Amino acid sequence: MTEKSRFEIVREGARKDGIEIVHYESQFAPGSKTENRMVRIVAFFFLLSGFAGLAFVAAYVWWPFTDFPSVDGWEYAPGNSPMKGFTPILGLTLGVTLLALGLGILTWGKKLMPHEIAIQERHVGGSSPEERKLTGNTLAFIGQEFGLSRRPLLKVALAAPAAGLGAAALAVPVGMLIKDPHHPDIFFTTGFNPVNNNGKPVRLMREDNTYIRPEDVSVGGQITAFPATADGHGASNKYADSPVLLIHLRQQDADHLRGQLQNHSQNKLQNPSDPNSGGMYGNLVAYSKICTHAGCPASLYEQQTNKLLCPCHQSQFLITENARPVFGPATRRLPMLPIGLDEEGFLYAKSDFGGVPVGPAFWEKPEA
Amino acid sequence: MKRRKLDVKQLPAKVAGEVDDRFHAATPLRGILNKVFPDHWSFLLGEIALFSFIVLLLTGTFLALFFEPSMQEVVYDGSYTPLRGMHMSRAFETSLELSFDVRGGLIMRQMHHWAALLFMAAIVIHMCRIFFTGAFRKPRELNWILGMLMFWLGFLEGFAGYSLPDDALSGTGLRIASAIMLSIPIVGSWVTTSLFGGEFPGEIILERFYILHVFLLPLVLLTLITVHIGLVFIQKHTQWPGPGRTNNNVVGERFVPRYTIKQAGFFMMVFGVIALMGGLFQINPIWLFGPYEAAVVSAGSQPDWYVMFLDGSTRLMPAWEIRAFGYTIPPLLWPTVVLPGILTVVPMLYPWIEARFTKDRGHHNLLQRPRDMPERTGFGVASITFYLVLALSGGNDVIADKFHISLNAMTWAGRIGLLVLPPLGYYLGRRIALGLQQHDREVLAHGVETGIIKLLPNGQYVEVHQPLAPVDDHGHPEQLPYAGWTVPKKMNRLGALGPAIKGFFKPAEPASPPKTPPALPAKDKDKVH
Ligand code: HEM
Ligand code: FES
Repeated sequence: MTEKSRFEIVREGARKDGIEIVHYESQFAPGSKTENRMVRIVAFFFLLSGFAGLAFVAAYVWWPFTDFPSVDGWEYAPGNSPMKGFTPILGLTLGVTLLALGLGILTWGKKLMPHEIAIQERHVGGSSPEERKLTGNTLAFIGQEFGLSRRPLLKVALAAPAAGLGAAALAVPVGMLIKDPHHPDIFFTTGFNPVNNNGKPVRLMREDNTYIRPEDVSVGGQITAFPATADGHGASNKYADSPVLLIHLRQQDADHLRGQLQNHSQNKLQNPSDPNSGGMYGNLVAYSKICTHAGCPASLYEQQTNKLLCPCHQSQFLITENARPVFGPATRRLPMLPIGLDEEGFLYAKSDFGGVPVGPAFWEKPEA
Repeated sequence: MKRRKLDVKQLPAKVAGEVDDRFHAATPLRGILNKVFPDHWSFLLGEIALFSFIVLLLTGTFLALFFEPSMQEVVYDGSYTPLRGMHMSRAFETSLELSFDVRGGLIMRQMHHWAALLFMAAIVIHMCRIFFTGAFRKPRELNWILGMLMFWLGFLEGFAGYSLPDDALSGTGLRIASAIMLSIPIVGSWVTTSLFGGEFPGEIILERFYILHVFLLPLVLLTLITVHIGLVFIQKHTQWPGPGRTNNNVVGERFVPRYTIKQAGFFMMVFGVIALMGGLFQINPIWLFGPYEAAVVSAGSQPDWYVMFLDGSTRLMPAWEIRAFGYTIPPLLWPTVVLPGILTVVPMLYPWIEARFTKDRGHHNLLQRPRDMPERTGFGVASITFYLVLALSGGNDVIADKFHISLNAMTWAGRIGLLVLPPLGYYLGRRIALGLQQHDREVLAHGVETGIIKLLPNGQYVEVHQPLAPVDDHGHPEQLPYAGWTVPKKMNRLGALGPAIKGFFKPAEPASPPKTPPALPAKDKDKVH
């Protein structure tokens, strides 16, 4: 069979599928100088790809060369993949392998294969009315074969397994997953709840589990404090809702805040003559670090303006005014952890945020 | 019986015969081999998404062999010294092991992450292509909807993946996600505790995200991709208008071999680019972020790019909380639940919305240039503007820091920009489309500017135009119908200045002798327009 006649057969086959090859032409004369050059270019890309692939394997097996040719030289010394150029070399060799292969294939397809224009007809719209009628009636007849309209009892009876199975299919996954947020009321308690400390009030502590004395925080300074729970994990993510920012206010800021405490029932002085009977202890105040917007740690403390900035969406809280939000999307103040000093001189939580839920708001969350 | 000698030359035909005996494949196979595909660079954007998805499957499988989605707390004692002695989850530890101890693990992690970013970028740009060319019109509405679904599935898949290593950034992202779920009216707290198995972070969320990330979502995505491409096959690809192209045909190349070969080459290119990026450009260096700790976050931490627009909408949202009957609707609901809801439903309905306005319910297999649908183009530009304002606002703290602008000013600029810029985008997009269309029509009617200026006897200067259509006896060119396709606007497009020489550093072919410019018809020479 000659080439010519085979193409004619191809064309004929295509025609059977409504395809007309209207233009088919080699881009370069066969055997011409340009064609030979294209062939060489393709071959070059393939060779390059092969070599880069080998280089990849070599690097993968032997890098870093510093250990070579010691006995275990082919063994990878762990702990240095981002260093010593291992990853970049892998990327470079693998990248070149694939890119060269891709370029070779593309050049082959674009330059060495004859250029063609084929036209295929397409049928706009749906099937013929005849076909629609036949299939439509077939479908309608299936319904008829069930005969539901003639047998109303079955119609009713069918609803039972449908409902039963549907309910079962829903009940199992929902029942498996569902977790009641209110029994126990997890959103309303944190690690500072005495239940986490065998019923005793919970002290504040640093990340390294050491307790905090008032003088540990310098004036104008702040530290992150965690609940010193009995299980010793107070600083872990188990108590992700508990971290507080413990701030030592300067005198006039502390005075200003003390004047503001009255505005909130949780923060206000229980005994007007005792400045430590409210949320603050001396000039120290502890606010929940969990942003009331979406729960990021609101931790960027700007000393000059007394604002606490949450880095996630830039809500700002004024710490001298019960940490009320003054800018950004947050709507609620950061709850204050009422603190006091125990007999041993360590700071502790007098109650668990006065019962105010920390963190982002939700449907059932009361006005704070 | 005599043993026949095996004729190697006959072997393929014989095997093919045996196959066809069993599967009756000859006719359908020929139909597939010969199926005609139109070609245009803009049709390759969807392919990039497909190819990066394949790379994601390959690299992800490698990662899954080493990664453990466990939230069990461990003390690190591995080869990355700065983190030794730190408490962290087993998930974070195995991610560190992948980066430092598994041979080639880091490049796989980085390729996986870059491929994810490329996947989402390709989807978005592909979607823009579909929108601006009207490829979503009847009969392709379903594929448009599938595309929208795949965007959101990819979004979720990427978010789940981003959460897996349990580094500082993934934990922060997860925490915000839990707050978003909390903000849903009535059921929010139930949904959150049910998903997390208790209060954030709980002990099970990574395992749940893992099964979502490596099994369920990829499976759904793979299914949708298959249907999506299957529909392109069945409905046949749209094509640009042009000579010989009609609503009732496809002009292009047969599927095999040239078209397929080019696709294969292109796949290798995409794969290669991802490999280069994965090797050369660092991404998500979790060892610098450290493990997730609820009390720690750094400023300037950014989500992956495809999440930034929602981060931005969250930042711009004013502090509006609704309290009624003792219940709360947090402000977080609007930018992170309601807005994505709108951004899903409205685009999905767009094909029908547009058909309502244009009263056009016909089948469309020819694409439209953006300039030919100025209203749609304007709407598209407005949408992109809206999106960009949100995405930029997602990084407004970085911008504020780099350019020394106040953060509050950035937030206000974003809020105002979000309201003012999209209408401006609509106006500009529509005007530019109209202007381009107008110019095409002018050239069709009056011909190409030749750059030849003539001085008329009365002292007037005019430019000579080369008409595109043959001229009648009076020297007036025939009226050419507006076809919605490229109009030549330069003389050398008409062959007047000889063909451009092909080749990169030197000509690919010996320069052919310059063709003489087509002689202007004698009458035409003095004609001015
Ligand atoms: C559309 C598909 C996918 C997207 C968008 C995606 C995205 C991501 C992203 C952004 C990450 C974080 C990467 C990092 O550590 O920097 C990730 C991690 C991961 N992905 Fe995927 N992924 C996809 C498919 C898959 C598949 C199919 C598998 C497995 C069969 C997989 C397995 C993993 C694993 C095990 C990790 C954790 C790696 C680590 O922590 O180092 N992914 N994915
Ligand atoms: S989480 Fe603090 S501003 Fe959003």
